[in-house]
Amino acid sequence: MTVHEMKHAASDGARLEAVGGRLSRVDGPAKITGAAHYAVEQQLEGLAHAVMVESTVAAGTVLSIDTRAAETAPGVLLVLTPDTIIPLRTASDWFGTPPPNVPYCPLARVVTYSGQHVAAVVAETFEQAVAAAALVKVTYDETPAIVDLSDPKAGDGIPIEAMTKEWGDAQAAFAASPVRVCAAYNTPREFQAAMEPHGLIARWQGEALTIWEPSQWLDGMARTYAEWFAIPFENVRLVSPYIGGGFGSKALALAHSAVAAASAKMLGRPVKLMLTRPQNFTSYGGRAATRQTVAIGADRDGKIQSIVHRGVNETAVDGMWVEPLGSVTSIMYATPNFSSKQNVVRVNTVVPGAKRAPGENPSAFGIESAIDELAYELGIDPLEIRLRNYAEEDPHARKAWSTRQLREAFAAGAEAFGWAKRSPAPRSMRDGHHLIGWGVAAGTYPVRRAHGEAVVNILADGSVEVESSSIDMGQGTYTILAQTAAETLGVPVEQVSVKLGDSHFARAGVAGGSRLAGVMTGAVYKAASQALDELIGLAIADPRSPFHALQANTLVVRDGRIASPRGEGPELSIAELLSAVGREKIEAKGDTMPATTTAEERYKNYTTIAMSIPHTEGDYSRHSWCAHFVEVRVDEDFGTVRVSRVVSALDSGRLYNPKLAESQWKGGIIMGIGQALLEEGLVDRRHGRIVNGNLADYMIPTNADIPDIQTISVGIPDPHSSALGGKGVGELGIVGVAPAIANAVFHATGKRVRDLPITLEKLI
Amino acid sequence: MRDFSYLRADSVEAARNAAALPGAMLLAGGTTLVDLAKCGVAEPSAVIDISHIKGLDAIDVSAGRAVIGALAKMSHVADHAEIKGRFPAVSEALWQAASAQLRNMASIGGNLMQRTRCPYFRDPANFPACNKRAPGSGCSAIGGVTRGHAVLGTSEACIATYPGDLAIALVAFDAEVHLGERRLKVEDFFLAPGATAEREHDIRPGEVITAIEIPGSAAARRSTYLKVRDRQSYEFAAASAAVGLELEGDGRTIRDIRIALGGVATKPWRARAVEDALKGKTFDEATVRKASELTMEGAVDHGANHYKIELAPRVVARAILKLGETA
Ligand SMILES: Cc1cc2nc3c(=O)[nH]c(=O)nc-3n(C[C@H](O)[C@H](O)[C@H](O)COP(=O)(O)OP(=O)(O)OC[C@H]3O[C@@H](n4cnc5c(N)ncnc54)[C@H](O)[C@@H]3O)c2cc1C
Ligand code: SF4
Repeated sequence: MTVHEMKHAASDGARLEAVGGRLSRVDGPAKITGAAHYAVEQQLEGLAHAVMVESTVAAGTVLSIDTRAAETAPGVLLVLTPDTIIPLRTASDWFGTPPPNVPYCPLARVVTYSGQHVAAVVAETFEQAVAAAALVKVTYDETPAIVDLSDPKAGDGIPIEAMTKEWGDAQAAFAASPVRVCAAYNTPREFQAAMEPHGLIARWQGEALTIWEPSQWLDGMARTYAEWFAIPFENVRLVSPYIGGGFGSKALALAHSAVAAASAKMLGRPVKLMLTRPQNFTSYGGRAATRQTVAIGADRDGKIQSIVHRGVNETAVDGMWVEPLGSVTSIMYATPNFSSKQNVVRVNTVVPGAKRAPGENPSAFGIESAIDELAYELGIDPLEIRLRNYAEEDPHARKAWSTRQLREAFAAGAEAFGWAKRSPAPRSMRDGHHLIGWGVAAGTYPVRRAHGEAVVNILADGSVEVESSSIDMGQGTYTILAQTAAETLGVPVEQVSVKLGDSHFARAGVAGGSRLAGVMTGAVYKAASQALDELIGLAIADPRSPFHALQANTLVVRDGRIASPRGEGPELSIAELLSAVGREKIEAKGDTMPATTTAEERYKNYTTIAMSIPHTEGDYSRHSWCAHFVEVRVDEDFGTVRVSRVVSALDSGRLYNPKLAESQWKGGIIMGIGQALLEEGLVDRRHGRIVNGNLADYMIPTNADIPDIQTISVGIPDPHSSALGGKGVGELGIVGVAPAIANAVFHATGKRVRDLPITLEKLI
Repeated sequence: MRDFSYLRADSVEAARNAAALPGAMLLAGGTTLVDLAKCGVAEPSAVIDISHIKGLDAIDVSAGRAVIGALAKMSHVADHAEIKGRFPAVSEALWQAASAQLRNMASIGGNLMQRTRCPYFRDPANFPACNKRAPGSGCSAIGGVTRGHAVLGTSEACIATYPGDLAIALVAFDAEVHLGERRLKVEDFFLAPGATAEREHDIRPGEVITAIEIPGSAAARRSTYLKVRDRQSYEFAAASAAVGLELEGDGRTIRDIRIALGGVATKPWRARAVEDALKGKTFDEATVRKASELTMEGAVDHGANHYKIELAPRVVARAILKLGETA
């Protein structure tokens, strides 16, 4: 399932297979030919189908569930309600905090948002389950809902002290500043809208549970299942060979996952459950709606004296999500005085979750719009004002940057874009009916680090196997791990097969926060180095080895052949050597943890995020950086905005595979264009329900909305950030795109839009 | 399970007979019907597949008119050389509709019968009240999310926008729909909601659209379709206009002008007031812009859709001005 044909991989550069080479995705051919089987495409004997029933009110109590009609409908095997589902145990959260000793019921008795799961139907066929689910009659005692942040009942919310960042006297310095800007910036509820919907197949064999489910975090989700059903962790096997997009949404086992696994247990049959597209908008959280005020005080030269920032994000009535709104605000610019505080407000929504660059993304929209406003206020070029306030060190942590190629990003981006030719005044560039605007904004994302382990096996035929429970959701894990193993061992990349997405493989933490590549290349490097040492050790020391007589200190492996460094003596393929010394296989397991790590700590490292290493650990502050330059065309009569050019220069440190990194950056930039211009969950205020929860009405960009995007890598290897010198790639690209577009729209039209998305009625 | 019978009609006659059965629905390309069945809006007891009827996909442009068979695919009509030459607005309206995949599947007859995109209409489980679906049940949209709803031709019963593009061009050029015995102006075929929101078309049980017929005219030959929307492709109109123009021999005086609007009304909307204000006038930007303001006479907004009242006259003016630039 996971062995990919390399020979079709397109080649467009020398030394493709080395780390840093532009090898095409090794899983690409399997995907475009349909040979790649995704988790829920497994064909199992006796598969039953489950369909969720969701609440149609946003708040209230379930008074009764009439299941009679559904139970007698054709093909129905089981109708699950809070009263009939088997009791589960509450699982610990993703920090591994021990759960309260209360049972867990994934079906709600008390409804806290519209679309919450209240019942489920399992039937022989999917169609029968859908039809029967429509027959389940739920009655509610409905109570008033708090629909969103602007609801009068919402209040000011709960202060999150841990988010407070302050130095100097920000209020006083702002008041004393000769030039001041202060404005409110809002982002709406946004959704991940991955192509592959959420869903799973669950199968029990005795006390062993196998789950096929798209997952950004096999070990973490396996832990949750184990805790729900009170079975040992080892009894759960999670399989997730490919993921059709996650964007943060696929890291946790969710209520519907528990329902599928529970019904499989109750029926003694494997059960498949796919959420419908509308349910993908209500069964897990997208990005929380946010509100920020950013006040900047500066002197007349544009030097920032103070930043005062206040943020609010929505969270659920019964769940906590903090979208760290001060994360970029506090590090992007040097300022002697700073204050950032944040509240969360409970509203009747599903608990919001991670969507590409949670925190940094809306944070950048605030600060990068505000500094643009300051630039116009002062009549200073928006790029120049950013350079005047360049932070030479982390202004919050007061530590040196590990690397910060942001100045280089500004320079390279401006050059490629032609920024110097910009005419400064708003509404001063046009082409027929199109007002043309140029905007710039910066972005950043912290280097999140953790540990991983990998197995590297050298087999009798000289081929190499890499195994890890990490995953590939399109970002290229299969490919870069093949490159890492090939380069470390000195074998052609076609000889390496990478197996991912099975929790019984060597363990890995979450694929989130852009950390996986850095962690896993390090682990594979380590395991492959061990395997190489053993191989060379055998060649030198084993009496049956043809190299034995040579009495060499070391040998080299190149193109899968072993030789002495100077070429004297024999030359053998790896297979020939292994056969000569009578070995079937060399097995190496490497991990990046200190040798003293206990088994318990390891378990915690892979199954929780509690062991993540802070990006400001030690002497350095570690982040990736970027600068986006954007051209928009705004129709002066219609208010329609189209992005006509994007040049982005990005610092993700060393790139393991530039082709794949560019694709990820571009994906982020495209998502940012959607965020700036299109994406918004529209809430019906009377019902507290999203009314555009489907891909026809929830707008994302089409190909026609996306211009050519030029990305420029300005990164240098960052030894403080990862074993091989890379920094995060996946989230970085989106951060700063929306403000760059909003800034360009201001330049085009003279209208400052501070509420995303920038739809035509805001400009008309 | 919702069982239904499936019948394949070999002839129009057979389709008519089968369509007269209670609960029967015709199936052409299926891009609307299957979608609505999935949403729980369409619940046919019998599906009559007409897509195999021979000859119903012909496109004939002769004797000064175009006759387009009901089963002609949107993409074929859009790409037809004589449609492009003599009825550019028709071709452009089709090109800007839906997506390439949908246009390759969807038929012209089905296109006329497509239903509104009102999100409340399409979500019966959560919003039982909808006069279009369940007469007398009320309207969930009024007072709700109305950004896409109509500002013209609305009633207290329903404010749903007619979403299609092709019909806007058809209405502008006085096209007719062939329903066997009956022939109707496309403009009359579509019904504003009034008190009977459930009746969208003047079509009777057992009737099948066999063709549409568009009379040729100088205005149709010099025509365009302008569609303004939130994104560049694959999206319904925020406001659109089909416009045709004929100038007198002096090259300045407007002899004939046709204007119809999409995306803003409950049915394809002919802007006769603007046409009347321009006929006989000298073509210049100020006159055009001033007349275009009449576009929204009688418009009523529901808050979030107010922008359509600003937008539509600008779309009309731009489309007319664009035609003026072409010789
Ligand atoms: C995502 C999406 C986006 C779209 N975007 C646009 C757009 O931008 N602009 C636009 O104009 N349209 C758009 N459409 C609508 C699309 O054009 C229609 O779905 C299509 O034209 C319907 O044709 P069909 O042959 O598939 O009809 P079917 O789905 O087969 O039938 C539709 C209806 O018409 C009836 N019917 C079919 N043929 C006949 C006949 N000969 N006589 C009587 N009744 C008949 C059927 O019973 C059914 O009720 C979009 C559709 C989708 C799904
Ligand atoms: S606007 Fe019309 S279609 Fe929409 S809910 Fe109201 S009655 Fe139904």
